[in-house]
Amino acid sequence: MSDAALHIDGIGVRFGGLWALSEVSFEVERGAVLGLIGPNGSGKTTLMNVISGVYKPTTGEVRYGGHRIADVPTHDVCHLGIARTFQIVKPFANLNARENVAVGAMYGREGSKRSTRAAFERADELLEVVDLARVAYRRASDLTIPDRKRLEVAKALALDPEVLLLDEVMAGLNATEVEEALELLRRVNQRGVTLIVVEHLMKAIVSISTCIVVLAEGRKIAEGAPADVLASPQVIEAYLGSRWVKRQAQLEQIELERREAQHMPPPSPS
Amino acid sequence: MKSLTIDRLCAGYGDTQVLWDVSLTLAPGEIVALIGSNGAGKSTLLGAVSGLVETTSGSARYGDVELSSLEPDRVVRAGVVQVPQGRRLFSSLTVEDNLRMGAYLRRDREVEADLEKILALLPRLRERYDYLAGRLSGGEQQQVAMGRALMARPQVLLIDEMSLGLAPVLVDALIDILAQIHATGVSILIVEQDVQTALEVSSRAYVLETGRIILTGASADLLDDPQVKKAYLGV
Repeated sequence: MSDAALHIDGIGVRFGGLWALSEVSFEVERGAVLGLIGPNGSGKTTLMNVISGVYKPTTGEVRYGGHRIADVPTHDVCHLGIARTFQIVKPFANLNARENVAVGAMYGREGSKRSTRAAFERADELLEVVDLARVAYRRASDLTIPDRKRLEVAKALALDPEVLLLDEVMAGLNATEVEEALELLRRVNQRGVTLIVVEHLMKAIVSISTCIVVLAEGRKIAEGAPADVLASPQVIEAYLGSRWVKRQAQLEQIELERREAQHMPPPSPS
Repeated sequence: MKSLTIDRLCAGYGDTQVLWDVSLTLAPGEIVALIGSNGAGKSTLLGAVSGLVETTSGSARYGDVELSSLEPDRVVRAGVVQVPQGRRLFSSLTVEDNLRMGAYLRRDREVEADLEKILALLPRLRERYDYLAGRLSGGEQQQVAMGRALMARPQVLLIDEMSLGLAPVLVDALIDILAQIHATGVSILIVEQDVQTALEVSSRAYVLETGRIILTGASADLLDDPQVKKAYLGV
């Protein structure tokens, strides 16, 4: 019995004359943090939409827990255990943060077993996890952008997912906020949730991913451990650019100097 | 050859003051970076220069023209043009029409020649010429935004967060394009959250934190500054 939670098998998606995805296959291990990277237009969001059941693939299938995602109505996919956030966050604007999360707790996998009060208790728990307890009663439309992103994650967690798809949650966050977001994702992953993270912020991807899949022009061009994938000439050409390698070296040098100054041991090879 | 000189500028939105005594200079032909976190006030500063945000005190001069009291179109006429954050293209117009909109205020006869030059600089846009701007990828949209700004024949370009949401290799391509624009004599003020990119491409930089300039210096030196390293390079 494999350790794979999610099987992505020969996925192709055609829109009119254009193949947005072709022959994309990989497996996501239970408990992994999979970084999904690639240029804009490479098919990342399309793939997220296939995995979360928003699009039915033209070819291939996604299997989870013995089910084919395409066989399940979109609104039921969360009941299988897959939840997602959206790049352009979509809170219920007139509800407060707590109510937004409670909606998820009432609807998700454990939702039918929860009383309204239990749903709100679960919401309070999750607001603590994402550090939104301080604005629990603020209307979603009045939250700052970083807080709206936290809310988006809390709402998705309220569905009690086993797999969480995160679509560019870091965009627009400053360095400190990115660190906090990464901490949050680590906590979520430690609670047993498998993560698929789509990001352009390479620092975040490098920091959190246990494995990386790279898409370019609708095809998978690399897959594997972060260090290997990010050193691949094909990935550098298609996505990272040659200056990225130099910048990484620069950042690693700065990190090394900082550790030496604080008499810390050097980091393990990434 | 004129400098953009911002002197103790205070600006904000209604009762909320965002910028406090900000001073900054962009000499002719320079590329200067303005770095800082989200919410520090970088876009507000560009807005104040462009006449989109109210200035409460201080000044923003280009040569001897005081920009802070001008309507936005007069700021553009003065030669100071913004490439706004999020690109702000006319999404239901084609690439061609977006570019032509950049020349909206011009009455000279060189618009067609300039369009050709810009398409030579940004060949992707020639390939996408008839596409609706809203259908382009992020990197392509950023090129349209820059092309549109160039169609106004700027002497100063204010570029707001061009790297947001773009793949690293596309940011590299934009840096190369910036270098070519710079070589034609345009002064550039680049506003960025991506500190490494900003400090690589500029010769001098200012650091803005909660509405105040807290550091300034040669870009190479700032890359070594402990405060910058800690707060912005994430190390």
